[in-house]
Amino acid sequence: MAQSKTRPLLTEKEMDAEITRIAREIVADGIENVALLGIRTRGVPLAKWLAQKIESIGHRPVEVGSLDINLYRDDLSEVSEQPIVRPTEIPFAIDGKGIVLVDDVLYTGRTIRAAMDAIIDYGRPKFIRLAELIDRGWRELPIQADYVGRRVKTTAEQNVKVMVKPADERNEVRLMKGR
Amino acid sequence: MRLSARHILSVNDLTKKDVTLILQTAASFREISERPIKKVPTLRGRTVINCFFEDSTRTRLSFELAEKRLSADSTNISKSGSAMAKKGETLLDTVRNLEAMRPDILVIRHNQAGAAAQVARETSAHVINAGDGMHEHPTQALLDLMTINEAKGRTKGLKVGIVGDILHSRVARSDMLLFRKMGMEVTIGGPPTLIPMCLAETFDVKVCHDIREALPKLDVLMLLRVQRERQGEQLFPSSREYARYFGIQSRDLESAKDDLVVMHPGPVNRGVEISAELADGPRSIILNQVTNGVAVRMAILYLLLGEGLKQ
Repeated sequence: MAQSKTRPLLTEKEMDAEITRIAREIVADGIENVALLGIRTRGVPLAKWLAQKIESIGHRPVEVGSLDINLYRDDLSEVSEQPIVRPTEIPFAIDGKGIVLVDDVLYTGRTIRAAMDAIIDYGRPKFIRLAELIDRGWRELPIQADYVGRRVKTTAEQNVKVMVKPADERNEVRLMKGR
Repeated sequence: MRLSARHILSVNDLTKKDVTLILQTAASFREISERPIKKVPTLRGRTVINCFFEDSTRTRLSFELAEKRLSADSTNISKSGSAMAKKGETLLDTVRNLEAMRPDILVIRHNQAGAAAQVARETSAHVINAGDGMHEHPTQALLDLMTINEAKGRTKGLKVGIVGDILHSRVARSDMLLFRKMGMEVTIGGPPTLIPMCLAETFDVKVCHDIREALPKLDVLMLLRVQRERQGEQLFPSSREYARYFGIQSRDLESAKDDLVVMHPGPVNRGVEISAELADGPRSIILNQVTNGVAVRMAILYLLLGEGLKQ
């Protein structure tokens, strides 16, 4: 592939540095009664990665769940094929808990809108915050992240591809041409 | 991903890939029924009409709950409450009237084989066959397969015994088709008068009138209800005699594998085809079938409407 010759947007080392910085910010804001919720697919391994960092910085474990937002999408009547629905696994009660949503790329904001609807169907969290590895701009809804790894200027034709083990073969972020 | 079929009329409409996709989606949907608020907004604004021209409790409720948990607008027509049927309107006229109200999905239960297929030719909505006469009941077969897969962790290579009134059973027909499609071995048992001729050749199954002979090798035993309403008294003398020769009790299973599971599509006639202690015992996964029924129907509704705009 031609793209693999170009330098990645983030190497594994840089991803780790950004995740560590986000972990420090989350710990500084307080991790009492706070849990992470990764948005499928890439948000889940990122949330686990982030949880490890939080545990080593904050000296206490945080719970991690995973959220599938496909049933809450606003474009189901527009897509030609139904996305595959995977299970949502939230091994803790949402009521009264501080939730940090973890996702790979913040783009239109529609995924996050869907994720918030999904969470609220499970209960009433104390708050919902948003952690994103990449913010690529192009928002279509009034949504901003509380914790951002890297802000990237992109064109509409570009695609930000986040690869995280074990969903992918390696840990890397690339800016691709074309969708 | 989408299904290759526009309607679910027969197991034959589905490819192996479709079946796998339905089971995978259903497994994800099961969690929704475990939530405190059992509802997702996915099919908001979609209209489903459940047309039950033949009585049903379990299947109808299962479809209704599946529709409601996906936020579809669902409404029902029943045999007794249907002015259309009572006043002499034909099925096709009824369907044309329903069509004029723009439903997205029609769920059809009817006592005539082929009714759902006939409806499908007259409507632009998707049609799901919820049982047509003695023909097929594909969603039941799918929930049976899901329950077997869940209990055993696999389906391919499993040996399934189906015992009872095969002649009148649309569940048996759909089960045989689906289980064979997915690489399972099927052995049929029951009174010779209730087993159609040429069954072994037609469905590529084994026939063994006394299932007890095949029992030691089975992984799954499916017992079917004797359908008195479809047959009168000619085919076997009495329920007591049926129970004695073909009914299964726990002590019949002494030669069976330790992990043999027992299934029944309901309604159960305790003491006839299955004893009460077997139906309630540790081998029984009868109620898992009911739980999975809602999830399988949610998956089918979701996947059918995935075609987006209607053609």
